[in-house]
Amino acid sequence: MSFSTMLMQLSSGMVKTTGIFFWTIILSLPLGLFVSFGRMSKNPALKNIVKVYISVMRGTPLMLQLMMVYYFPYLLFGMNIRTFRFPAIIIGFTINYAAYFAEIFRSGIESMPVGQYEAAKLLGYSKSQTFMKIILPQVIKRILPSITNEVITLVKDTSLAFSLSYMEMFTVAKQIVAKDATFTPFIVAAIFYYVFNFIVASVMEHFEKKLSYYR
Amino acid sequence: MKILEMNHIHKSFGDLEVIKDISLSVAEGEILSIIGPSGSGKSTILRCATMLETINGGEILYMGEKAAYTDNNGNVIYAKGDKAKKINSNFGLVFQNFNLFPHYSVMKNITDAPIHVQKRDKTEVFNQARELLEKMGLLDKADYYPCQLSGGQQQRVSIARALCMNPKILFFDEPTSALDPELTLEILKVIRDLAKEHMTMVIVTHEMNFAKEVSNRIIFMEKGVIVEETTPDKMFNSDNERTKAFLGKYHNMG
Repeated sequence: MSFSTMLMQLSSGMVKTTGIFFWTIILSLPLGLFVSFGRMSKNPALKNIVKVYISVMRGTPLMLQLMMVYYFPYLLFGMNIRTFRFPAIIIGFTINYAAYFAEIFRSGIESMPVGQYEAAKLLGYSKSQTFMKIILPQVIKRILPSITNEVITLVKDTSLAFSLSYMEMFTVAKQIVAKDATFTPFIVAAIFYYVFNFIVASVMEHFEKKLSYYR
Repeated sequence: MKILEMNHIHKSFGDLEVIKDISLSVAEGEILSIIGPSGSGKSTILRCATMLETINGGEILYMGEKAAYTDNNGNVIYAKGDKAKKINSNFGLVFQNFNLFPHYSVMKNITDAPIHVQKRDKTEVFNQARELLEKMGLLDKADYYPCQLSGGQQQRVSIARALCMNPKILFFDEPTSALDPELTLEILKVIRDLAKEHMTMVIVTHEMNFAKEVSNRIIFMEKGVIVEETTPDKMFNSDNERTKAFLGKYHNMG
């Protein structure tokens, strides 16, 4: 296989990798916020259910979770799962990352001084106004470095989709390596991942700078 | 006209009773100072008056309307919904540690609630905010963020923020305790100016001379009860042994 063909195939894999990445970010961040609400809920039943969920998501391998999500519809209902590969990957990544994001949101929300809530209450802000206008913007500033960490990990974790034979970049690279007995695709893949993460880190740094106008 | 009436207020934190059957009222234009040693319950009574703490007994009225009362079974019932909103719009609170919103500019700190909570006209709110800032000597700081200001400037912004809501009564919870003596003077001057305009105020403070000078009436609290309630002159010439002892310590210090 020529180098340019290999590059083409890895690039199309990269498009799929990027797809997993963006879908997971878009879905898991809001879900993580809601999960953190459940984790901080005064309702003990809800709080404990969420605690168990987070504990399982963090305590078992992501690869195993992906396989579970993928095979469950077949094992439980005998459903045809051939077209379920991509949704399974997105669901698997989303519920896993939401658990981590939830704990990050929780740490940020719980670190907010009570005085901010009290000042907002005295000024007549409703609960949702207080959260959206006063609390959340400050929480985002506080948790951004931890979010960056998770996002960078996610870029690399997309390679776990190989376990469901989804043709993202790492799966493609592995196949070419096996077929052509050359190590080059791995090196190219490594460069792709690194450049992707370099861009991600730069973008996150830009956000951090934008929020550095106050302390 | 009584702006605030608090009758037979009880407040406990767990087993610890911090407010024991306190009654007080504030008439329009009146300035009431509350003094007393740390842990006497003076900040707590202010937090009860501003609904930051829920009372365990008694009643709170603003402009004659019941914000909270105790029913026949001893349960405290608080006003809810629109009625609570209306009652809460009567008062503002200046905190010891300012509690400005750090991500908002000075101007937005002052104008955001009047615009988005009270739904007032933007131009009118901005004009009022500029007037207030001018009065506070901070007009040139309108676009600054709280972290760029000194403690005294931050406290003046928080006073402007409270005033822009047009409250009928303004509470101060040890407004100078987080400030050095120089910055304290800045804040006391602002409160003095408000007093000249007959703003109704309740001030919890450790600044004895200031309380004496600015108030119409002083309450001396200790261990959750009112020890003495009288005019500044009488308070500072009190026969009450406890009052004398407490104020005497301040005299010795000065």
